[in-house]
Amino acid sequence: MNIRKWLAGGTLCTALILLLLNLSTAQSSDENSLPPNSVYQLQVSIEDQFGEITGLDRYRGNPVLITMFYTSCPHVCPMLISTIKLTESRLSADERAKLRVLTISIDPQRDTPEKLRETSERHHVDSMRWSMARSQPGDLRSIAGVFGIRYKQLADGEFNHSTLIILLDRDGTPLASTEQLSRIDAEFLQAIESSL
Amino acid sequence: MGRVIQLAVVGFLSAGLTDDVAANEFVHIPGGDFRSVIPEAEGDNLVTVADFAAQETPVTNAEFLRFVMHHPQWQRGRAVSLFVDDQYLSTWAGPISLGPESGPQQPVTQVSWFAANAYCESQNARLPSWYEWEYLAAANDSMADARVLPEWRQHILSWYSQAGGDRMADVRSGSANYYHVFDTHGLVWEWVDDFNAFMVTGDNREQGGADQLQFCGAGAITMEEKENYAVLMRVAMLSALEARYTTRNLGFRCAKQAQTRP
Repeated sequence: MNIRKWLAGGTLCTALILLLLNLSTAQSSDENSLPPNSVYQLQVSIEDQFGEITGLDRYRGNPVLITMFYTSCPHVCPMLISTIKLTESRLSADERAKLRVLTISIDPQRDTPEKLRETSERHHVDSMRWSMARSQPGDLRSIAGVFGIRYKQLADGEFNHSTLIILLDRDGTPLASTEQLSRIDAEFLQAIESSL
Repeated sequence: MGRVIQLAVVGFLSAGLTDDVAANEFVHIPGGDFRSVIPEAEGDNLVTVADFAAQETPVTNAEFLRFVMHHPQWQRGRAVSLFVDDQYLSTWAGPISLGPESGPQQPVTQVSWFAANAYCESQNARLPSWYEWEYLAAANDSMADARVLPEWRQHILSWYSQAGGDRMADVRSGSANYYHVFDTHGLVWEWVDDFNAFMVTGDNREQGGADQLQFCGAGAITMEEKENYAVLMRVAMLSALEARYTTRNLGFRCAKQAQTRP
């Protein structure tokens, strides 16, 4: 074989390999830059009260409070929402502006975007930084899985579910959580303040 | 020289794989009504399970090895800690080798719910629901629901009371059950799709107390059919797991919608 041809082939080969390496880093660099415990590594889609479809990471870049609920829940879910609002009320306006809230419905059948919008209006939440969303039934178990939330649909259409509120940092790593309802969990509030 | 050796190893691996992976077929399971240990509503434990298909055996090490070869993001050391704990596939010799401790025909264990879920998705399947698994596991070799037989319950319980530490058997070591499905009892515990539907509170005596507020809706559910200790132990175990946990005795099998039969 002609040595020059061989060398040229070798160079082309190296170039190709480098290109491929580059491509694969480019492809995964976004995921790689997420911390290993970031819930944003979970690839699922959610649909908010305006019908907008995004990933779980729609608020990446801001600290987020996350909970799972359903709008027809008679007692505890309204308390979940009011607990978040109560906790937020202790923040300054500047702090509040940096915080995002994502409540995900475990009842996608009944919680259509219209229903979610109605609920968010009824609770007067700031829809600029507060989403009420639903997800596909198949993705809900995974979402609950990354947050350690448990839920079960009952025969009458109601749900049992854990009432956990979780604080995520800018990159989706859980920082703190609370199960205290209708009052301010001081430690949790402190964690929110220091994340902002 | 290095290249030749590498090729030989790859050749050996792929040959090993094709030999080792016996087809783990999906078996048609005719649906029906049965009494679950987890009632859907207070006092109403009759559950209807639709026709479905379930794998004959739990997924084996060989099958899972083939999966991680094709899906490197699920290899030990690569799978992210959001989805697996630090014991993930720890019984294997390496990320893509089983080694002497893990026979190809043994059920894969030390797998998280996320990993099991991803495996089933790769097979165009899913994990069975708890009711589907419980329905399958109610059968002995001749009856669809053998749970009424005290000797059957005792037989299952005797497995749970055995001390661990023995080498785990291969799949299909026992006999097929009524549905021609193997190893529902006596080999491994199995993940189900809705494992995080169980909310067995630590203390059920505290009625209407603060604990009740942990759950929206109807509060924690009581378990019925208390004589089915073996199945209740499974529920208790699943209720204590997080989706990224792995344990030495916990494997899985896949399920899917029933094919329309000719």
